[in-house]
Amino acid sequence: MPSIRQNTFSDLLPDFRNLGVIARILVAVNATALAAAAYAAPGIRGALERFIEDAAFLEPLLFIEVAVLFALSRQLGRLSYTAGCLAVVVLSATLAAGYLAALQQSSTAIARGGLFAFLLASVLLGYFGLLVKAFSPALAEARLQALQSRIRPHFLFNSLNAVLALIRRDPKRAERTLEDLADLFRSLVSDATRFVRLADEISLLERYAAIEQLRLGERLRITWELDAAPSDALLPPLVLQPLLENAVYHGVEPATEPGDVLVRVERRGDRVLACIENALIDAEAERAGNRMALDNIRERLALFFDAEARMDTRVEGGRYRVEIDMPYLTRARTAEG
Amino acid sequence: MSVLRIFIADDEAPARERLKELLQDIAAEVPTEVVGEARHGLEAIELVPGSAAQVLLLDIEMPGMRGLEVARHLAGLENGPAVVFVTAHDKHAVEAFELSALDYLLKPVRAPRLAAALKKAAAARPPDGEQLARAHGDAREYLSVTERHRIVLVPVRDIIFLRAEQKYVTLRTKARSHLIEEPLIALEREFEKRFVRIHRNCLIAREAIRGFERAAPSNDEPHWMVVLDGIEERLPVSRRQWPMLRELVQDRG
Repeated sequence: MPSIRQNTFSDLLPDFRNLGVIARILVAVNATALAAAAYAAPGIRGALERFIEDAAFLEPLLFIEVAVLFALSRQLGRLSYTAGCLAVVVLSATLAAGYLAALQQSSTAIARGGLFAFLLASVLLGYFGLLVKAFSPALAEARLQALQSRIRPHFLFNSLNAVLALIRRDPKRAERTLEDLADLFRSLVSDATRFVRLADEISLLERYAAIEQLRLGERLRITWELDAAPSDALLPPLVLQPLLENAVYHGVEPATEPGDVLVRVERRGDRVLACIENALIDAEAERAGNRMALDNIRERLALFFDAEARMDTRVEGGRYRVEIDMPYLTRARTAEG
Repeated sequence: MSVLRIFIADDEAPARERLKELLQDIAAEVPTEVVGEARHGLEAIELVPGSAAQVLLLDIEMPGMRGLEVARHLAGLENGPAVVFVTAHDKHAVEAFELSALDYLLKPVRAPRLAAALKKAAAARPPDGEQLARAHGDAREYLSVTERHRIVLVPVRDIIFLRAEQKYVTLRTKARSHLIEEPLIALEREFEKRFVRIHRNCLIAREAIRGFERAAPSNDEPHWMVVLDGIEERLPVSRRQWPMLRELVQDRG
């Protein structure tokens, strides 16, 4: 089972196909070039001119480096961490030297360029290593938050109350409801650092919905649009359930009339799109009450997918909608890569 | 002990069922009869006054109108029911505890606690309006006019002005006016976000202000009148309030 611990958060090479990693490489190299220009040329104007000159020369190399790392990321990933690091720095140095040689530079320039690339690649790898360490406590914290902010006491006590009301009249349904509650709690205390399959998260949604349906009866109407949902997609645990919980809490419970909730998950190419929508009843309460849950989910999406997942909220035609756009990742794909 | 008439207000059907089951379980100890049920706050306001209930089991977290505000409006009833709050929230339970000597119940409710609360409530009087106001804390969403067996609710957002007249306060909406028995000063404090004082005896809704007109009655000094959205009537602005109002309108641009 892939988890972010194995994927990005142990001594593993950074994922050179990740947008966040690529962006950080580009920014770091250019910042270094700018610093070098500022050191070499006097004055801001001189430094900028020097930087632009250097950039014309540097950018093609940088893009070649990034493209090669992108292409080789699977092969590099198979190596041990030390061998991988060594391969990356040697590769960077060789590419830089080769590039300079192709431009028919002097042998000193070639040697200097190669050495410079070697050092910069080492520093960057060190930086990615530190990033992992810096994020690990955040990960633990995110997990704690996930546990703490997840269950509303209101929901728990009202659900238990509803089960108590069922025991005499419909013991079978009472049993089923307790089983649903047990499943819900099991996922709440499960490992928050492991990816889950979309199929499992959806089944959790259905169990949660069954409990809410018992409490709210015909007041809760959920439309499920899951035909195009890729059941093998991987996502952080408890990303969709809290959104459905919010939709019920803010869009159905405060209303005296029945409320419609829409749950839609679909795959579009190599992206997975999820959307949960409810009637907007009290915009102010919705914004305030939702912020913590949404921040929590956004943070965990970032920990799992870095810059490649997005979550947006919008209000449209009296409806409140949360949309998540994340990469389509499967066990097969992560095992390869 | 005579049969105690109970009214149940809770938005969740299973919760109402559960309370009825428990009432049956304790029938030997506290004989009761359920005389009405409501599925949300507004329905409770509508049905409780005609129900002759002695005790109201009132869920705090309800759509339409929340339990604490429901209790505040019902407090104006003659022979209104005693109130036992029921809640799944700890926070509100504490608030409810401050309400009065009345008991509150936590969900899931236990039969012995329910029996004890009902026995106590049977001897108690309806909660006091001021105590409820303190416990509620928020501004109400409605003002209520209590008629004999009916409570008429007027949404605060529909009110254009409130004017003190002898014993009463006249409350004016676009459609009509009502008389309520609440001191203007308390209303001003509760709804200060929404209303502004224009005169010793009058509050107007900030968002209803359309403009000001200068009036110059022949035998009086000239003064300003406020023009309001939705009604023809102009209201005089006192000299004391005028500078503040002018600033308010200028701020709004």
